[in-house]
Amino acid sequence: MNLNYYSQLIKTAFRALNATRRRSLLTMLGIIIGVSAVIIIMAIGAGAQSLILSQVQTFGSNLVGVLPGKSEKNGPPASVIGVSITTLTLDDAEALRQKNNAPYITAVAPFTRGVSTLTWREQKYDTSLTGTSYDYLGVEGGEVTEGRFFTKEEETGIARVLVLGSTVREELFGQNEAVGQVVRLKNAGYTVIGVMAARGTVAFQNYDDQVFLPITTMQRNVAGVRHLGLLRAKVDSDEHVDETVKDIEATLRERHNITDASGDSDDFSVRSAQDALNILTSITNGLRFFLAAMAALSLLVGGIGIMNIMLIRVVERTREIGLRKALGARRFDIMAQFLVEAVAITLSGGIIGIVVGEVLSFIIAFIARQLSYEWPFSFSLLAVILAVSVSVAVGLLFGLYPAAKASKLDPIEALRYE
Amino acid sequence: MLIRIEDLTKEYISGEVVTKVLHGLSFTIDKGEFVSIMGPSGSGKSTLMHILGFLDRASTGKFEFEGQDVTALSDDELASFRNEKIGFVFQSFNLLPRTSVLENVKLPLLYAKDKSIDVTARAKKVLDMVGLSHRLNYFTNQISGGEKQRVAIARALINKPSVIFADEPTGNLDSKSGTQVMKILQDLNEAGNTIILVTHETYTSEHAKRIVSLRDGNIVTDELVTHRRFAKEGETLK
Repeated sequence: MNLNYYSQLIKTAFRALNATRRRSLLTMLGIIIGVSAVIIIMAIGAGAQSLILSQVQTFGSNLVGVLPGKSEKNGPPASVIGVSITTLTLDDAEALRQKNNAPYITAVAPFTRGVSTLTWREQKYDTSLTGTSYDYLGVEGGEVTEGRFFTKEEETGIARVLVLGSTVREELFGQNEAVGQVVRLKNAGYTVIGVMAARGTVAFQNYDDQVFLPITTMQRNVAGVRHLGLLRAKVDSDEHVDETVKDIEATLRERHNITDASGDSDDFSVRSAQDALNILTSITNGLRFFLAAMAALSLLVGGIGIMNIMLIRVVERTREIGLRKALGARRFDIMAQFLVEAVAITLSGGIIGIVVGEVLSFIIAFIARQLSYEWPFSFSLLAVILAVSVSVAVGLLFGLYPAAKASKLDPIEALRYE
Repeated sequence: MLIRIEDLTKEYISGEVVTKVLHGLSFTIDKGEFVSIMGPSGSGKSTLMHILGFLDRASTGKFEFEGQDVTALSDDELASFRNEKIGFVFQSFNLLPRTSVLENVKLPLLYAKDKSIDVTARAKKVLDMVGLSHRLNYFTNQISGGEKQRVAIARALINKPSVIFADEPTGNLDSKSGTQVMKILQDLNEAGNTIILVTHETYTSEHAKRIVSLRDGNIVTDELVTHRRFAKEGETLK
C-alpha cells in the first residue's frame, strides 16, 4: 500500500490523540503501568537471580555436596523435612580423602552443626556451632585474622579449641584480646585459638555469627552424635566435577554395602554446586515469569480501557466517519484509521512504560548497590522488544471491535448524527 | 447521458411498517446540466440525492450512471463510485476540525485508487478556483461560514467529479455568502461541470437551469427555468 496513505493515517491518529490529550494519557495509564511493571519485575528478577547465583558461586562451582539420605535430583534434601538421617559418618569423609577413591578431590569438609551458648566472664552469647575438619578452609575458603585454624592433630586428639566468627568475637570480647582466652560451652572450657575474618552472609548463611571447632569434639562433647549433617568436597577443577560425583557415589555405595548401581537404593545423595545453581536458576526463573505474567494481566485490563475509550471515540466522531465515507472511504479505510489510532495509544503508552520501567529498575539497582549488594542493572533489549510488540498487539486486539463498529456505520445516518 | 433513472422506488422497512419514500421516479440528466431538485421536507428529495450520489441504494427500478447499470453495487463499490464520480457539498460544511484548509481539500484523494496524482498541487488549484488561495494553512475554525462552504466546494472538485451534489449549500449562510456560493456553482456549471442542487427554496432553485419538483415521493413538475437568476458578486440573495 501507499506510504503516504499510512503516514496520513498516523498523522490523523496523533492529531486526534493530541486533541484529547488528557483523556488519551489517562487511557494510556493502564498500558504504562502494565509495561513498566513487567519491565521492573523482569529486572528485579534478573538482579535478585544474579545476587543469589553470585552468593552460591562465591564457593566456586567446583564444590560437591553429600547429604545423608536419598533425595530426588531436583527435590529438597531429605533432611529439610526434619528427618535426622544417620547414614553419613566421619569415616565416609576420610574415605573420600583417599586418592584411590576420588583422585580429583583436594579437600573434604564434614559438618555437624548445632546451636549453643558461649560464656566468657559475664558475657553470654548464643551462636551456631560448626563442627568441621582441619581442611575446612580448603573447601569453603575464608581467612583467619587472629591466631590460627585448628590442626589435624587437634582434630584427632578431640581438642577443646574454638575458632570464632567475627561477630561472635565482637559480642564476647569487644576490645579485649580473644586468642588464648577460655570460654565456657556446655560446662566445659574451650580455648580460643583463632578468629575468622568477616565474610558476611554467603549463600544465606551468616558466616560471621558462628564458631568453628573440630568435628570430633563437636560430635563427642557437644552434640553427642556420630553422624554428619553434610559433607562438602572441593574438586581440583570444573571438568572433573561430574567424574568426582560418580567416584563419590561408588565409594559410598561400597562402604554402605549398596550393590544397586542405579542409585535407587542409595542412603545418601550427591549434588554438585552446578546442580544447586541449576535448581536455583529454574526456581527464580519460574518466579520471575510468574510475576511478569501477573503484571501482564494489568495490560489486559488496560486493553479493556482502550476498547472502552475507542468505542467512545467512534461515537463522538460519527459525523467524521460519515463524511469520510461520503468522500469515498471504504470499510477498510475506516477500520485502518481507528486501528492505527488504538495502536497509537497503546504504543505510546508502551514506550512511556518502557522508559518508566527502565528508569525505576535503574534506581532500584542503584539503591541495592548502595546497600552493597551485588546487583547489576541490565538493560534488557528482549524486554523492550516484548513490551513494544505486546503494546501493539493489545492495541490491535482491543481496537478491533471499535474499529469494526466504525467501519460498518451507514454513511447517511452517520452524517445526520448530532 | 449522465444519469438515467426509471421507475425508481425507495421504501424503508422497520418491523412491520413499510414506509414508501419514492414512488417510481423516472428522468434523465445530461452532462453539463444544472438541475435543482426541489421540494418541501418529506418530499423525498434527500433520499433521491442519496441514491443518485451512491450513498444509498434504490429498492426497485433502474439506475444508470454514465451508461453503466449501477442499481446493485456493494458497499465498497458504492464508496469507489462516490470517490471517483461524485462531489458533495453539504449544508453544514462537514469539514474536519483542527485540520488545515489544504488538508481538508486533499481528503478525498486519500481514498483514491490513483496514487500518482499530485494531491497538493491539485488542492491548491481548486482552492484557487474558489478564491481561497490565501487561506491554505488556516484551520477550519479560523475561517468564516462562506469560506467554509467554499472549502467544501473545493473539496468536491478535487477528484474531478462527473457530478456535484449541493445539498442546501446556502442553508447555513448569510445572504452575501450565499450569493457567493451560488455564483461559484453557476461559474462551475458554465465551465462544464454537472451540478445537482437540492433545496426547498424556490429562489435558490431558480439559479439552476432546470427544476425537478418533488412532493410526497412523486415528481410534480420537471421543467426548464424560464427566468433564470444569476448570482452577482456583491449582490445579496432575496
